Amino acid sequence: MNILSLFVLIPVLTLGGLLLCGNTRQIRSVVATGASLLLALAIGVVIAFLNERAAGNTAEMLFRSDVMWYKPLNIHYSVGVDGISVAMLLLSAVIVFTGTFASWKMPFQQKEYFMWFYLLSVGVFGFFISIDLFTMFMFYEVALIPMYLLIGVWGSGKKEYSAMKLTLMLMGGSALLLVSILGIYFHSAGEGAPLSMNILEIAQNSSMPVELQRWFFPLTFIGFGVLGALFPFHTWSPDGHASAPTAVSMLHAGVLMKLGGYGCFRVAIFLMPEAAKELSWIFIILTGISVVYGAYSAIVQTDLKYINAYSSVSHCGLVLFAILMLNQTAMTGAVLQMLSHGLMTALFFALIGMIYGRTHTRDIREMGGLMKVIPFLGTCYVIAGLASLGLPGLSGFVAEMSVFVGAFQETDTFHRVFTIIACTSIVITAVYILRVVGKLLYGGIVNEHHLELTDAVWYERFSVIVLIIAIAGIGLAPLWLSNLIQNSLIPVLNQLNF
Amino acid sequence: MGYANFLYMKGELSLVAIIVILFIYDIFGSKKSLQYYQPTACILLLIHTLINLLPGSETVAFGGMYHATPMGSIVKTILSIGTLLVFMQANSWLKSEQIIIRRGEFYLITLSTLLGMYFMISAGHFLMFFIGIEMASIPMATLIAYDKYRNTSAEAAAKYILSAVFASGLSLYGISLIYGTTGSLYFEEIPAGLNGSPMQIMAFVFFFVGLGFKLSLVPFHQWTPDVYEGAPTSVTAYLSVISKGAAAFVLMTILCKVFAPLVTEWRAILYGIIIVSITLANLFAIRQQNIKRFFAYSSISQAGYIMLGVISGSALGMTSLVYYVLVYMLSNLAAFGVIAAVERQSGKIMIDDYNGLYGTNPRLSVVMMLALFSLAGIPPFAGFFSKFFIFAAAAEQGYYVLVFIALLNTIISLYYYLRIVKAMFINKTETPIEHFQTDAYTRISLIACSAGILLLGIISAVYEHLNDFSFGM
Repeated sequence: MNILSLFVLIPVLTLGGLLLCGNTRQIRSVVATGASLLLALAIGVVIAFLNERAAGNTAEMLFRSDVMWYKPLNIHYSVGVDGISVAMLLLSAVIVFTGTFASWKMPFQQKEYFMWFYLLSVGVFGFFISIDLFTMFMFYEVALIPMYLLIGVWGSGKKEYSAMKLTLMLMGGSALLLVSILGIYFHSAGEGAPLSMNILEIAQNSSMPVELQRWFFPLTFIGFGVLGALFPFHTWSPDGHASAPTAVSMLHAGVLMKLGGYGCFRVAIFLMPEAAKELSWIFIILTGISVVYGAYSAIVQTDLKYINAYSSVSHCGLVLFAILMLNQTAMTGAVLQMLSHGLMTALFFALIGMIYGRTHTRDIREMGGLMKVIPFLGTCYVIAGLASLGLPGLSGFVAEMSVFVGAFQETDTFHRVFTIIACTSIVITAVYILRVVGKLLYGGIVNEHHLELTDAVWYERFSVIVLIIAIAGIGLAPLWLSNLIQNSLIPVLNQLNF
Repeated sequence: MGYANFLYMKGELSLVAIIVILFIYDIFGSKKSLQYYQPTACILLLIHTLINLLPGSETVAFGGMYHATPMGSIVKTILSIGTLLVFMQANSWLKSEQIIIRRGEFYLITLSTLLGMYFMISAGHFLMFFIGIEMASIPMATLIAYDKYRNTSAEAAAKYILSAVFASGLSLYGISLIYGTTGSLYFEEIPAGLNGSPMQIMAFVFFFVGLGFKLSLVPFHQWTPDVYEGAPTSVTAYLSVISKGAAAFVLMTILCKVFAPLVTEWRAILYGIIIVSITLANLFAIRQQNIKRFFAYSSISQAGYIMLGVISGSALGMTSLVYYVLVYMLSNLAAFGVIAAVERQSGKIMIDDYNGLYGTNPRLSVVMMLALFSLAGIPPFAGFFSKFFIFAAAAEQGYYVLVFIALLNTIISLYYYLRIVKAMFINKTETPIEHFQTDAYTRISLIACSAGILLLGIISAVYEHLNDFSFGM
């Protein structure tokens, strides 16, 4: 059996195991096993991948496996990974792992909660390993629908509204995607040749004329962009993240929003390079707005989750912005930014969930001086904040550095102007991060009840520490990671510079 | 003409045999032996399904009046599986006090309409087709009026029969115009005589009304919500899937075989009808409070999606259409099975009554959720695959805009399907429907439907099997 299929199989088996569980203890042992296996598998795949590459295997996708699925339409269950997908798999595994521990204690219906959670992760992992458009799209949609119930049932605040808004907007995105997938499919080969859903084959044989690409590229880009919080389709994100339970916010902001960036890169730009070059300016404007607008919105929010959600809009906007620069450095930066933001934002949401679980408020005006009472959580919050504003040594710095260096390589006025505009987000980020850290952690204690708060317990500490190690790992040793990624960018760049 | 011709009609003959056996059993069976009536009917129908499972070869009998295709026999099999499921779900209703003395008639009439659909599917001549469609419609009215002591049931039947008669009248008028302009009613001879004159286009439009009515496409849909609401739930289930599935397939074969020369015209007509059917039905479904009315509008919009397969007119379109009908049948029957069970138990049929159902009846809620997700086209359930294929069939012919509009509508439909999911899983209520056990028949049928919803998509064999026999223009 192919090693990559295990990424789908393990969550499915976890689902099956959960179905048989009777009490909390069993549920916890099943999910802990599932999550650990996934993390171990992801680390194993990274090592195996690096070994293969070191041994001189230069194939575009490694660990390929291909099974015919729907013969009449030539749909395959086809999997394979390059450096980018490997990195994404690792990210997802880390976040599923930490998310599992962050939701160690659910108030009710824990079994159902974890079942939906693992169904979501089936979709996420499946998406990153697929190289067949149909399979990829199927997994993409599998990842969307559990969100509705996860937010609707276990969420907080105006959860029903947020859940519906999020689901409908993301499904709207996937409706656009489906049209363009069909368009790509029916132009995937020259006249008379058999059609294909395989991304690699399409990239080679695509016969789509530029006039059609001009239609399908924006559809694809917006379709994935909705999930990547592309302005003006980002409005689901703050509401959705604010209402979702902790682990779901982590997984959603940490991984699902990356599906958008990954999809834009893997499908939109890889398969329709001509239109990507022609039309990138429109989306550079939109993502530029995302980056700055998200950051400014974060300044004025008072709810911790909203602040972080808007900051996600800004950071994910930067991912798309970097991808659209269409050069190697910026794209490397985009992938690094995806990883870095995924870990960082998961850490943020985990901490916010833990703080909220203690103070029962997320309004920063009602909190203060928490560093004195919950020093562990406070310190971790500061670390997350520093990573977010790009302190050297942590992941954010490497990512933003590469993005902006890459963006500056484009020398025409248009790119320059937008790069400078996007750069200002660094300053604004510092403003909102420092404001929150100052208000929340330092100063006097606002609410007397907060004096009795207890610091993190073992499973919370565990989940947080794993994330911090990962963030520091990227920050301190970015080189192996960017090597991993860079090689994988070459096919896309070749497509762009034919 | 030899009697050998009858041998080609294996499916129809075995169905007639079942009807006769059940009829005799119902009349002469002692009261004690009649308690085995339901299992007998189910087993006979199961045997009938099994012996007709293999698609035969293409045959023409009775000088072209009867034209059997392998695809047609597959559709017949699908319909008889659906009927079997309906029989199983109807059991507890048929055992209720006022109904049990008339129980036998339900099976006889249902099977008669099924026989009518068989003739419709295998017709090679417009009169044969018309006999089939009438045989499928008129007994249906008696089924709808089955709860005759309930006013809404009788009212629904009256509405149905009046609209049905009007529609078939128009259809017959269309057929007569076709005869007038082409000089033949044989499907094989008509295409040669079609030249696209205004008279023929008018004839086509009139003819189309008859099937449009059965499919309840907008603007022939007005009867649907009232009839679905008034009819006994099992009959509604039958009406919404079996009758619709047969009509969709017949429409596709006739358009591809007979009206192929008028392809530009009927494609233009269908194009408009698809858009209004899907959109209007979706918008109306949002506002419904009664779950049966809700499913009426949902079925109108599903019929619009089915038409995407018809408009393609290709082999891919036919495969996707039959596959869509199969998946839609299983999903809708799963939903109606739950509705029927809840209605029998508590008499409740409003969407708000489903609040908190998951807390008291988790299994039924999960089945309902599977059905709704499948209808909405969410993977990994079969509905996703059937929607994808039907969109692919339309996109292959270049209908990207149409597909796009249909896809935007899936978002609206997702909204209203999620309303029920929300009621069951999220909403809280003081008075949820109490926990109850469904009878064994219902349980088996719901398990069968759920298994179909879960497996049909992931296992591609069914689709590939269908693909071997499909044909286009």
